[in-house]
Amino acid sequence: MSVPNDRRAPQISSARQWHPSNYLFAAICVAVIAVMLFPIVMSFLASLKTAADAVSVPPHYLPSAISFENYIKVFHYQAGLQSYLLNSLAVAGLTILLCLALAIPAGYALAAFPLPAKEAIFLFLLLGLMAPYQALLTPIYRMFTALGLTNSYLGLAIIHTVLQLPFSIYLMRNGFEAVPKELSEASVIDGANSVQTLWWIFLPAGLPSIVTLVLFAFITSWNEFIAALIFMNRENGFTVPVMLVGVRSGHFGAVDWGAVQAGVIISILPCLLIYLLLQKYYVSGFLTGAIK
Amino acid sequence: MKNRRALIGLLYVAPAFAFVAAFVAYPIFELVRMSLTSLSLLGGGDYVGIRNYLKAANDSTFWRALGFTGLYTLLITPILIGGGFGLALLAAERSTLARLTRTIVFMPVIIGLGSSSLIWVWLFDEQVGLANKLLVDLGFVHQPVVWFVDGTLGLWAVIVSIVWKVIGYGMLLMLAGVQSLGTEMLEAANMDGADYWRRVFYITLPLTARTIALTTLVSAVGSMLAFDQFYIMTGGAPNGTTFTVVYWIYQNSFIYFKLGYGAALSVIVMLIIFIASGLHIFLVRRGSSV
Repeated sequence: MSVPNDRRAPQISSARQWHPSNYLFAAICVAVIAVMLFPIVMSFLASLKTAADAVSVPPHYLPSAISFENYIKVFHYQAGLQSYLLNSLAVAGLTILLCLALAIPAGYALAAFPLPAKEAIFLFLLLGLMAPYQALLTPIYRMFTALGLTNSYLGLAIIHTVLQLPFSIYLMRNGFEAVPKELSEASVIDGANSVQTLWWIFLPAGLPSIVTLVLFAFITSWNEFIAALIFMNRENGFTVPVMLVGVRSGHFGAVDWGAVQAGVIISILPCLLIYLLLQKYYVSGFLTGAIK
Repeated sequence: MKNRRALIGLLYVAPAFAFVAAFVAYPIFELVRMSLTSLSLLGGGDYVGIRNYLKAANDSTFWRALGFTGLYTLLITPILIGGGFGLALLAAERSTLARLTRTIVFMPVIIGLGSSSLIWVWLFDEQVGLANKLLVDLGFVHQPVVWFVDGTLGLWAVIVSIVWKVIGYGMLLMLAGVQSLGTEMLEAANMDGADYWRRVFYITLPLTARTIALTTLVSAVGSMLAFDQFYIMTGGAPNGTTFTVVYWIYQNSFIYFKLGYGAALSVIVMLIIFIASGLHIFLVRRGSSV
């Protein structure tokens, strides 16, 4: 994982001095890694068990035979996995679009224009940080009922945007503020209008922030639970996390744990891939948003 | 020219401003208004003054939920912060193994709370769960434990799952704090012959105090708003002893449809979080001006 300035990181203990505490250090690391991986590895192994194997008492750590029946069961759960994946992807896609459409111009305005009461505007835009969205679900629900936005992709995407917008604006403002003043001024002197300056100067410079924004918006929306549970209350409108809870409830009371773990693995796969492939963006964005 | 620039800037910020006004500010206003009414699914909606708040003050389930959420926060926060700081020290070392540890520890942070809760409720299942199997195999218990029949055991099962899920969050924030310290002082201390733990206690810890305080606040606010993990793992059982505050709001608003009352409870929670967030912003601002 690359934390910014990794190379200049101070060393509390020097790695070059090799003495017994280094063995202790290695042992602790290995133990921590084992504990952290255990649940995911076990869930993965359980997802490959046969249905009978997955509910045997007492349980076994390893599958007695590799089987994909749990995955097949999840693929055919109710309306079919593809429709739940589609719901989740559609909501996440709309959330990303809304966050981009709102946060890029807002970040641009805050970074490059002499706004009156700039900090007050900025604080207002961060209002979502101070009022937890869990508390706002009731009034939003009533509002959406009136607007016909319950059980709609757009409705849920709006709530996920409420959740993600403060961070997105913060991120874009930071990213755009890193653009040298001379560069943007030169572009204005060259006769570029504000849209051209945004397009040719700011967007290319802010690209890493944009990638980070997209990643975070996707993961927030993909994982979000309580609003999806409340707002998508029709079976065929479920997003993946809500569907998983449905799989667990089962049909006749008995929990099909093999199928649940297969569903869990499917649901965490996109997040794990994004994290492992795009760690650089993820970690830098995470630190920008949380520390400053 | 400057006025024109300001006007153009306002146009760019207008969509986000309108969005926040419509979907954050207006709902806050509505929430407060609803909390003063008798609104329910059946209608109602008459102005009842502070009756809902008086009801909340006498609602033993609400107080129990508040106490339970507070207890959960009090128990989990030190584990997350202490453990996170320890992991940050571990991950700050310059070695491949330390980097790998960092990557793996942070991994659960990005998966869904719903997914992780479904892994853990299965691991803690009294019959098919591997937690019991492991505890029996290692000789810690003789009989499988029934985790979710007892409020306390259920709480600890949830705490274990959430520590696993979010400890990487604190680790990464505090790691950044540790790494932002200059090397000079640590090297000087090293030359003075201070050993590892002395350097941690007298240099690293005091200099990262602000980061630790911030991480503690963020973490505590998150814990006070806990819902998913309890909804999935305990379902509030047994007998509502593991209802968190948000869970109780959810029950009132979306199961019993007591919208006015749910709104009053939401306002109370919002105020609690508002104070904590205000403190957060204060700490951040003070830090950035230094």
